[in-house]
Amino acid sequence: MFVRWSAAIAAAILLSSPALLQGARAADKPTDPQIAHIAYTAGVIDINAAKQAQKKAKNKDVKAFAEDMLRDHEAVNKQALALVKKLNVTPEDNDTSKALSKQASDKLAELGKLDGAAFDKAYVANEVAYHKAVNGALETQLIPSANNAELKSLLQTGLKIFQGHQQHAEHVAAELK
Amino acid sequence: MPGRLCAIATAVRLVAVAVPAHAATIEITMENLEMSPKDASAKVGDTVEWINKDVFAHTATAGNGDFDVNLPAKKSATFVVKKAGTVDYYCRYHPNMKAMLKIEP
Repeated sequence: MFVRWSAAIAAAILLSSPALLQGARAADKPTDPQIAHIAYTAGVIDINAAKQAQKKAKNKDVKAFAEDMLRDHEAVNKQALALVKKLNVTPEDNDTSKALSKQASDKLAELGKLDGAAFDKAYVANEVAYHKAVNGALETQLIPSANNAELKSLLQTGLKIFQGHQQHAEHVAAELK
Repeated sequence: MPGRLCAIATAVRLVAVAVPAHAATIEITMENLEMSPKDASAKVGDTVEWINKDVFAHTATAGNGDFDVNLPAKKSATFVVKKAGTVDYYCRYHPNMKAMLKIEP
């Protein structure tokens, strides 16, 4: 998902030169408008996944989980929109956002073919994996790269929320087994 | 007549003073996905009031099943504690939100 940055960092670590490490990081460091776009896109992806689950899920815990995702991610994105407006920042589309969206639409199509218990299980498993990946990106890339203090703070709140979602998804996944 | 009014006023005042001494309200804030205070103490009969300052819905859910209080975004809710003991509780929506309530007899 964040292959480009991860690869750049991995390569830099292998080369083990502090200058190269810094160069590689600086070149790949997303800007605040890009970070805002990535964070918002990541939220929209989970909202769309939740809407699909509301239509297709059979298990009541899975349905409830999807409702929680919809409510929280809409609340986070509402805050994000209010913040970019306040800061007069225009979110900027970028390769990471594009890769995220492409991967998400593939996933929606894949899950769209499943029904009943098979859908429930696949949706929840993807929610665990997706939140894990987003949390990793927030912790290692997006939060450290954010310049604006308010943006950083919103991302930090987002991280806590999404860590909660990951744990919640893990509980639901365990119950489905 | 003024004497009786005075007596009633005194009685009212006594009741007003006496009630909080027996049953207090313990306020616990939920903000930025943290409960504060994280460790709170109460006595049986006290009211615990959770105040959710987040734009996210939370719950205060006892691990032992004693309570499960819903806290919509920016709302507060109360629960009267009935049983002594130490209760770990969490938010069902964000299980990384954890806190403890120590209830004395």
